[in-house]
Amino acid sequence: MEEESRKITGQYRHMQGRRLLFVTVLAVSILLLAIVSTLIGSAGLTAGEVISAVLAGIAPGFFSSDLLSYTIIWDLRLHRVLFAIVAGFGLAVAGAVMQGVLRNPLASPFTLGIASAATFGAALAIILIPTALSGEIALVASAFLASALAAATIYGLSRYRGVSAESMVLAGIILMYLFGAISSFLQYIGTTEQLQAVVFWMFGSLQNTSWEKLALVTLVVAVTTPFLIMRAWDLNVLGMGDQVAQSLGVKVERTRTLHMMVASLITASVICFTGTIGFIGLVSPHITRLAIGGDHRYLIVASGMVGALILLGADGLARTILAPQIIPVGIMTAFIGIPFFLYLFMRRREEYW
Amino acid sequence: MRLEVEDLAFSYRDDRVLEGITFGVDGREFVGVLGPNGCGKTTLIKCVNHVLSPEGSVRFGGHDVASMSTADRAKHFAYVPQALSMGMATTVFESVLMGRRPHVRWGVGESDLAMVSAALQRLKISHLAFRKMTQISGGERQKAVIARALVQEPSLLLLDEPTSALDVRHQLEVMSLIREITLERDIGALMAIHDLNLAARFCDVIIVLHHGRVVAAGPPASLLTPALIEQVYGVTAIVGREGVLPFILPVEPVGGALR
Repeated sequence: MEEESRKITGQYRHMQGRRLLFVTVLAVSILLLAIVSTLIGSAGLTAGEVISAVLAGIAPGFFSSDLLSYTIIWDLRLHRVLFAIVAGFGLAVAGAVMQGVLRNPLASPFTLGIASAATFGAALAIILIPTALSGEIALVASAFLASALAAATIYGLSRYRGVSAESMVLAGIILMYLFGAISSFLQYIGTTEQLQAVVFWMFGSLQNTSWEKLALVTLVVAVTTPFLIMRAWDLNVLGMGDQVAQSLGVKVERTRTLHMMVASLITASVICFTGTIGFIGLVSPHITRLAIGGDHRYLIVASGMVGALILLGADGLARTILAPQIIPVGIMTAFIGIPFFLYLFMRRREEYW
Repeated sequence: MRLEVEDLAFSYRDDRVLEGITFGVDGREFVGVLGPNGCGKTTLIKCVNHVLSPEGSVRFGGHDVASMSTADRAKHFAYVPQALSMGMATTVFESVLMGRRPHVRWGVGESDLAMVSAALQRLKISHLAFRKMTQISGGERQKAVIARALVQEPSLLLLDEPTSALDVRHQLEVMSLIREITLERDIGALMAIHDLNLAARFCDVIIVLHHGRVVAAGPPASLLTPALIEQVYGVTAIVGREGVLPFILPVEPVGGALR
């Protein structure tokens, strides 16, 4: 009995150890890939130039750099690389939370209408406000407000029907189609130029990042993620069904609503700057679950890191494959994410969901 | 601690499902709730720990359950549902560990893990600890859910037909386990159950529901008569005795079978 106990708890500890290892490996990989991403680019800077430019920015008194490399690194590359990390992290965390709270493997910011709402907001700004093509604050605000509106509508609709996981998923899908149709209509009536801008937005891109935008998104992710991790037990328990969760002390409706709102906020704050970078929110949590199982105490962070890695990798490839042409990163994420996911999906035959 | 239910009633919208229910469960007492399908057994179980909010009064250890916080209720009552959600494919170990949720903040300690291992061994499913909940049989899953209720360390066990997915041997095992637990830990158990014979064999008291009301309550030996079974289930039955314990052999539906 004693020995059997020790064996079982030992096995559990071992599993926890593997999870920590996975997170560590991810952290190191992100760091390495970030370095590689900073080194590569169409400007053709040497590694030495990049390193001295980075150092010159961090400690200007001690290092110096030529103006060109300095500008490329600090005004173009560095915030883009960091933005890819934070945005990928945020989208994947949002996806993990939505899937957990709705107990639905298909839930993600994109299948629940948050992203199509943002597209609608962006299209509206592009078509109605002429300055949106040049000045983009209106576009960002409009995209953000539209996704916030979508989140509020999902909440309102499901509130009316009872805040069950199923009604939230249905409300989200209804919204996805609704906003999709309106966006199509807006494209239909827009000029060729506007249409192009909308389509480009829909591809998703890290073209227009800046230090200010990075700061904003980082703030949102940095405030929300610890909250979500702290409440990870609630998501674990919700997976067992609403009534069991309630009998284990979770305020089910409040938790579901709050988590959906937080996940929507993260999504909205990322995609209002980037356009619709699909796929990461859906697939990163699945990849992570395949690797380390479904305990949200680890799943949330690890999903975020997988998301960061995918977006960072996708952006790196997007900038280099057809250089100096830059492929929109939204297209790239699917190209590199899907084969990876398929590989894991086919290799691990046991059920993981 | 004693559970006291007084004049409890519950409606799903306009449909009155329970009416005027009064009974109590003491520590160490094993109470079975019997009655035909749709008589309100499941609803009654859910009303006790306020998964559903009933009218009337439910008090536990002298405290009004309605005014307890969700977290406090989770420390007092463990609930084993009838319909087991498969949930996500967690391992059996982690699924049982969730029973510790009312007691842990974030990390789990050695004692929590030891408790889970002990519960798994007690239910004889420790060899399945790291299988997925979706990969084990219905009966094994049922046992895992009971294990989760045990590690929750409740003062009252609420069980909704925990034996219906099990074969005869496992039914007996689970019933005697619950019997033992109530005595070992000084806690009560309230169980909705279909099997009259299991109820008669293991429960101290049975409560018979019919159309949402209590039609009979008391020790099974004196309570389970052919007349009561005919009244409640519409079935003629032979009630025999093995020592003091009654056993029930249903013969045929009153008025003939379905045609």
